[in-house]
Amino acid sequence: MIEPQTIPDTDTAPGDPHADSINPAAGLISYGVGLGFAVLLTVVAFILATTTHLVWQPSIPVALCVLAVGQMAIHLIFFLHITSGPDNFNNVMALAFGVIIVFLLIVGSLYIMSNMNQNMMPMAGMLQSQQ
Amino acid sequence: MSSTTVPHGDPYHLGLFAGDHSPTAEHGVHDLLSKRIVTGYGFWIFLLSDIVMFSAFFASFAVLRDATAGGPSGDQIFDITDTALETALLLLSSFTCGVAFIGAQLKRDTWYFGAMALTFLLGVGFLLLESREFAGLVSQGYGPTRSAFLSSFFTLVGCHGIHVTLGLLWLLTMMAQVWAKGYRPDIMRRLLCFSLFWHTLDIIWVALFTVVYLIGVAT
Repeated sequence: MIEPQTIPDTDTAPGDPHADSINPAAGLISYGVGLGFAVLLTVVAFILATTTHLVWQPSIPVALCVLAVGQMAIHLIFFLHITSGPDNFNNVMALAFGVIIVFLLIVGSLYIMSNMNQNMMPMAGMLQSQQ
Repeated sequence: MSSTTVPHGDPYHLGLFAGDHSPTAEHGVHDLLSKRIVTGYGFWIFLLSDIVMFSAFFASFAVLRDATAGGPSGDQIFDITDTALETALLLLSSFTCGVAFIGAQLKRDTWYFGAMALTFLLGVGFLLLESREFAGLVSQGYGPTRSAFLSSFFTLVGCHGIHVTLGLLWLLTMMAQVWAKGYRPDIMRRLLCFSLFWHTLDIIWVALFTVVYLIGVAT
């Protein structure tokens, strides 16, 4: 007689921090910490964008993007519970693939379009060449 | 029985062929556990594909940001106070959604339904603010047909708004299902998918208010 197969708990569903035991206090603290970090990053981003004299002007968009990436990481960790633990390997690999595609799409579009803009004949030159 | 005659129907622990085995209590728990993991993983992949779709809209917005065709640019039409309010509403609704999920895990009715109702109200508030902004822009003559910048703006923000609307319908469905059927394992899996969906909408909004509104106002 074969013993019932015991399955090792080596996987976690995304969004679910407690596979076996439900600990409401820990869950609430996790969501609360995430909310705190998210509010902090949001407030900093809004202050940075609306107060023009605070930092060197051209650095503001870069700083805003860094803050946004940080806040998205906070959401992934504390709200969606995507962590780097071994039980989350499949979820992290899927996320990594998604990030690569998003990066290629956005950076590729911006690079190609700005390159085309630079190499395009100015409007005045186009009108002259038609004559 | 010898080990060769027993079919090993579930080598990857997907929870399939659960009926083939002799039902032991422990096995039943593990079947449910693995089914939940597979469901969550599949929905996670759908969400990532949704994010990839949004990234295409983000890319077109970033490319067309300066193509205003003589119309208004971002800093002339955006009301940053409204954006801050919308951000606060959506962030809080993401928090209450997580609280509702814990309430459902504990099978506490007041906790679950209260937090879900709060999530719904916060989401409705977000949608009202956004539709007011859209209506204001269109009535000023700055509709999506005015310039390429406004076309990409309405497409990107409107697509997120449609997602929030569908999410609110799903939220009401989940409240009705738990009310009618209780905290069954299959209902809990749907609830897990819903909470993932709602949190992902908030992640997209973080990218959205940064790229569209904050950078639009700052530059």
